[in-house]
Amino acid sequence: MAEGENEVRWDGLCSRDSTTRETALENIRQTILRKTEYLRSVKETPHRPSDRLSNTESSDGLNKLLAHLLMLSKRCPFKDVREKSEFILKSIQELGIRIPRPLGQGPSRFIPEKEILQVGSEDAQMHALFADSFAALGRLDNITLVMVFHPQYLESFLKTQHYLLQMDGPLPLHYRHYIGIMAAARHQCSYLVNLHVNDFLHVGGDPKWLNGLENAPQKLQNLGELNKVLAHRPWLITKEHIEGLLKAEEHSWSLAELVHAVVLLTHYHSLASFTFGCGISPEIHCDGGHTFRPPSVSNYCICDITNGNHTVDEMQVNSTENVSVSDSFFEVEALMEKMRQLQECRDEEEASQEEMASRFEIEKRESMFVFSSDDEEVTPARDVSRHFEDPSYGYKDFSRHGMHVPTFRVQDYCWEDHGYSLVNRLYPDVGQLIDEKFHIAYNLTYNTMAMHKDVDTSMLRRAIWNYIHCMFGIRYDDYDYGEINQLLDRSFKVYIKTVVCTPEKVTKRMYDSFWRQFKHSEKVHVNLLLIEARMQAELLYALRAITRYMT
Amino acid sequence: MEKMSRVTTALGGGVLTGRTMHCHLDAPANAISVCRDAAQVVVAGRSIFKIYAIEEEQFVEKLNLRVGRKPSLNLSCADVVWHQMDENLLATAATNGVVVTWNLGRPSRNKQDQLFTEHKRTVNKVCFHPTEAHVLLSGSQDGFMKCFDLRRKDSVSTFSGQSESVRDVQFSIRDYFTFASTFENGNVQLWDIRRPDRCERMFTAHNGPVFCCDWHPEDRGWLATGGRDKMVKVWDMTTHRAKEMHCVQTIASVARVKWRPECRHHLATCSMMVDHNIYVWDVRRPFVPAAMFEEHRDVTTGIAWRHPHDPSFLLSGSKDSSLCQHLFRDASQPVERANPEGLCYGLFGDLAFAAKESLVAAESGRKPYTGDRRHPIFFKRKLDPAEPFAGLASSALSVFETEPGGGAMRWFVDTAERYALAGRPLAELCDHNAKVARELGRDQVAQTWTMLRTIYCSPGLLPTANLSHSMGKGGSCGLQLMNSFNLKDMAPGLGSETRLDRSKGDARSDTVLLDSSATLITNEDNEETEGSDVPADYLLGDVEGEDDELYLLDPEHTHPEEPECVLPQEAFPLRHEIVDTPPGPEHLQDKADSPHVSGSEADVASLAPVDSSFSLLSVSHALYDSRLPPDFFSMLVRDMLHFYAEQGDVQMAVSVLIVLGERVRKDIDEQTQEHWYTSYIDLLQRFRLWNVSNEVVKLSTSRAVSCLNQASTTLHVNCSHCKRPMSSRGWVCDRCHRCASMCAVCHHVVKGLFVWCQGCSHGGHLQHIMKWLEGSSHCPAGCGHLCEYS
Repeated sequence: MAEGENEVRWDGLCSRDSTTRETALENIRQTILRKTEYLRSVKETPHRPSDRLSNTESSDGLNKLLAHLLMLSKRCPFKDVREKSEFILKSIQELGIRIPRPLGQGPSRFIPEKEILQVGSEDAQMHALFADSFAALGRLDNITLVMVFHPQYLESFLKTQHYLLQMDGPLPLHYRHYIGIMAAARHQCSYLVNLHVNDFLHVGGDPKWLNGLENAPQKLQNLGELNKVLAHRPWLITKEHIEGLLKAEEHSWSLAELVHAVVLLTHYHSLASFTFGCGISPEIHCDGGHTFRPPSVSNYCICDITNGNHTVDEMQVNSTENVSVSDSFFEVEALMEKMRQLQECRDEEEASQEEMASRFEIEKRESMFVFSSDDEEVTPARDVSRHFEDPSYGYKDFSRHGMHVPTFRVQDYCWEDHGYSLVNRLYPDVGQLIDEKFHIAYNLTYNTMAMHKDVDTSMLRRAIWNYIHCMFGIRYDDYDYGEINQLLDRSFKVYIKTVVCTPEKVTKRMYDSFWRQFKHSEKVHVNLLLIEARMQAELLYALRAITRYMT
Repeated sequence: MEKMSRVTTALGGGVLTGRTMHCHLDAPANAISVCRDAAQVVVAGRSIFKIYAIEEEQFVEKLNLRVGRKPSLNLSCADVVWHQMDENLLATAATNGVVVTWNLGRPSRNKQDQLFTEHKRTVNKVCFHPTEAHVLLSGSQDGFMKCFDLRRKDSVSTFSGQSESVRDVQFSIRDYFTFASTFENGNVQLWDIRRPDRCERMFTAHNGPVFCCDWHPEDRGWLATGGRDKMVKVWDMTTHRAKEMHCVQTIASVARVKWRPECRHHLATCSMMVDHNIYVWDVRRPFVPAAMFEEHRDVTTGIAWRHPHDPSFLLSGSKDSSLCQHLFRDASQPVERANPEGLCYGLFGDLAFAAKESLVAAESGRKPYTGDRRHPIFFKRKLDPAEPFAGLASSALSVFETEPGGGAMRWFVDTAERYALAGRPLAELCDHNAKVARELGRDQVAQTWTMLRTIYCSPGLLPTANLSHSMGKGGSCGLQLMNSFNLKDMAPGLGSETRLDRSKGDARSDTVLLDSSATLITNEDNEETEGSDVPADYLLGDVEGEDDELYLLDPEHTHPEEPECVLPQEAFPLRHEIVDTPPGPEHLQDKADSPHVSGSEADVASLAPVDSSFSLLSVSHALYDSRLPPDFFSMLVRDMLHFYAEQGDVQMAVSVLIVLGERVRKDIDEQTQEHWYTSYIDLLQRFRLWNVSNEVVKLSTSRAVSCLNQASTTLHVNCSHCKRPMSSRGWVCDRCHRCASMCAVCHHVVKGLFVWCQGCSHGGHLQHIMKWLEGSSHCPAGCGHLCEYS
């Protein structure tokens, strides 16, 4: 069987022209039918040992195709493709081939599927977003489906990501995906790793690199150290790190490449936070997103186990939630009351300078100790990144208890004045895109809090933003860190801390136990704040080091 | 650096002296400000707040204002300003949002006077009123500006920018009540200090934050703004709308801008990131800074002119923890290193070039410039006496126009518009194009088309009579001219050799002439006898030379006595010759009105013998046509196309390429084709022949070319009701929830061609409007407007 004839081309489906999509689908259908026929004929002939290998190989190939089709039937923004893919799957099933079915409960394990927008029921604006995303990537990933709670942000996010990965830039395409994989693997985010392994291969990356960082070019290996520090202790980045990368003879990075890489690293670190923070499920067409077993056999879901989310666990949480509805109602009220008080009495009590400074220090120190009480050892991530068995990829626990984080004063180096200019100089247009994204994330509000409308949430949003920066030692001279203590309760702090610093430890229980009365969309909103604040913090440290290197 | 400077101009008796010097500070500076007496400077930063006396040889620390046991955030200064009326009064803006005033007259060690804690966020800027002793203005990150009266404990009035953070506030120097404020979102607002409710005027000055602004010290309405978008803009605020007067593009975001005293068009800038230098720009000359100070090793954070009437002393503070005094005469001048030469060809054949004046002056005495009928528009930059560097890099610009009324490129436009390239049988296309060319007086091109038709269309269709007629004409014409040609050509004394020899001789003399024309680039517009001969001979020689190369076995030239029976083979090279020999039709056109036609005459003359022989051949051409497949000619046609393209008539090459399509395409390599296409399209677009260029793009078969008109096809529209940009999808404006482009006739949404009246902005489907206008000239929307459509 000639390989070329069985190559399936999915890119035709990304077209906005329905006839192009139609022909592309028809081609896919025929290829699949051919493969099916071939498999059946092989099966019917008596077993020849030499054939077996190629047999399993081609049946693997078929299964991949079927999984992709399944994904299309659920997630393609174009109705015609959804219907036709489903039709093809059905007709294959009638031929006696086992077809896959999706696993899990929608795009997120934390948010019930019914709360999330169904593909096909989106409004015009969202549809356009979906179509753009699909056209660019050939898929509509779960992250997009969760982020679409906030379409304004999603648009900016997709634009930035598209620019980073596909548009003009100093790094070659496969490098970009590989850096994405490196960054996501830092947090053992199998979801992102899987996605980008596919993309990496698709843009012609060398599969050997996927066996571990030591198989990648020296240049990328050099980046490993920066990746590690950036992900876990960005305040330790010094200009020596930068110098080490820029002056490594034939493996050295150029400044523009480095900025591109830094932006990618921070983007994927924070995206990993989002993935865990919102409990994003594996993609349907990736491993763990579908199964070929009939539903009756088992409810076993590999991804839940790797992340410590047993179904039993979920049920327990659900039951406790019902009990505490009245409690949580008061939570919202209390928070509103505190905000009101802070607003009113802000001018009255004037804390002394020392007081203000110590408040920041206290908050910073405390943030070190804030960890979930159920900080049980998470099962060492098996198979999370099957390509990265290399120990250097393993998570090195930076236990930060008692460690001193130096203070970074935002008035001396801030994104708007300094970071932006540097990024835009070395990697044009990206500064603008990221700046827009920060702005949208920081200013996004619907003036609602749980069941209340017309609330000015700017104080709360600022508290969250500054709390995250505080954890990274970034201080705003003009902020009273006492506000954080008033506005953010412990369970919320635990969640923030976990999502930002050790996202792989987020559990559904944590997600459920903060802000119990708030809507899922509001919790996603919080996550957006978290990831953008984290990204900015990492960027600030990295860019400051680059600036210091340059001067 | 040891140069001393004594300035006595306009200093009210006092004399400023000093030299370029710097002193080390303990910590990075955020801002500096100068005392009225120009003898002291205050430096403020996160952990520094000191006053230095400026002495002749050095800075001397006079006072440390940062006193007290514990460092307070109130002392972490983002900005500092010294009152220009009161030598004892200073104000600082703290990063924690506090505005502090300082009174140096206080007897105690702590000079802190008043504390205003009204701002919620960092205060970015403070500014004293230029003439009023007690008025202080502040602008903060929280988006508010506050005006303080120092005799009172709190602010007098609060101004809300209604947009993002305030980055700079500046009192107007001339207008007592006016101040300007700049914002992080790119806006600049003008306020009246008496009216806190709303701003007088607001406009968007920059893309991204506007970091700074400065009022011109003399010109009442001039405001300079600098932004993150790396631009300095000068606005005229006296007009109804703020008008952008000048724009200087720098290489990094602009952190500070300060007008230079006594120099009306000069301003100093420094950058916030990456670039550590201070530049002084002449706003009229926005590309090269007038002066540059390179002393600092880290970004410069504060600049100030030492004295409001002395343009030569600049003070600066930097993140590298140093304070500098720069002397203007020690500045480096990038202009010195500039290369003030440039050459540019205009669309209509005009030539402009700029060169150092000294060079031009020396050269202008030379011959090429004098006898020229087309006088160069020659002008020189006027020297500004106030400008010490004016002479350094000034260059003279000369523009040579092609002769007026010549309409040198008219033929190109006409041809492009009238040629038919597709949609009809080949024969018709060729006929049509030949006709067009003939009407435009381009006989050679017309001939070519006719011949292409002969080659590629079946002979039966050919009106032989017509062809031979035109040939005959050409021939007779040539014969008439033969005399003059011979006379002219024999003159060099080559003797009465064969034609071949003649052509060789020509080629020889050409090379000589060529050299001379290469050295004198501007020669081509010289109409003197010699000048006009050069291109003509060159072309001629080239062709003949080519002939020799290509047709070494050309029997006619070498052996004129060859028997009659080989005529058929001869025919093709000969035809080819006809096709080829015309030396660039545009050349003929150009020279048409020239009084010295000798060059053109020579051209035609050289054709003459060939022409006549061809007319002989054409009589019998039907015989050979039936025997030879058109493929036989493809080599010739290919050479012909190359010839035209090399002559600069890429139009002909492309047109033939399109018309003949598959017949010749395979013979010419892809890259050459693409090159021709892109050149032609480029030309068409320069002449704004958009339709033609698009047609060419469409008809091209080269992939790279045909995808040209598929790039950037997005059309951005604004909603016709609320004027907001439409999000690129759908026909409904998501802000006012109305369909944006309704047809005024059928009241449906227009999804295809939308045509509208520019007077009343109503419109609709093209067909509907056209139909409507047949019956009425009023607007179909009923607005009463008499619509006009072009």
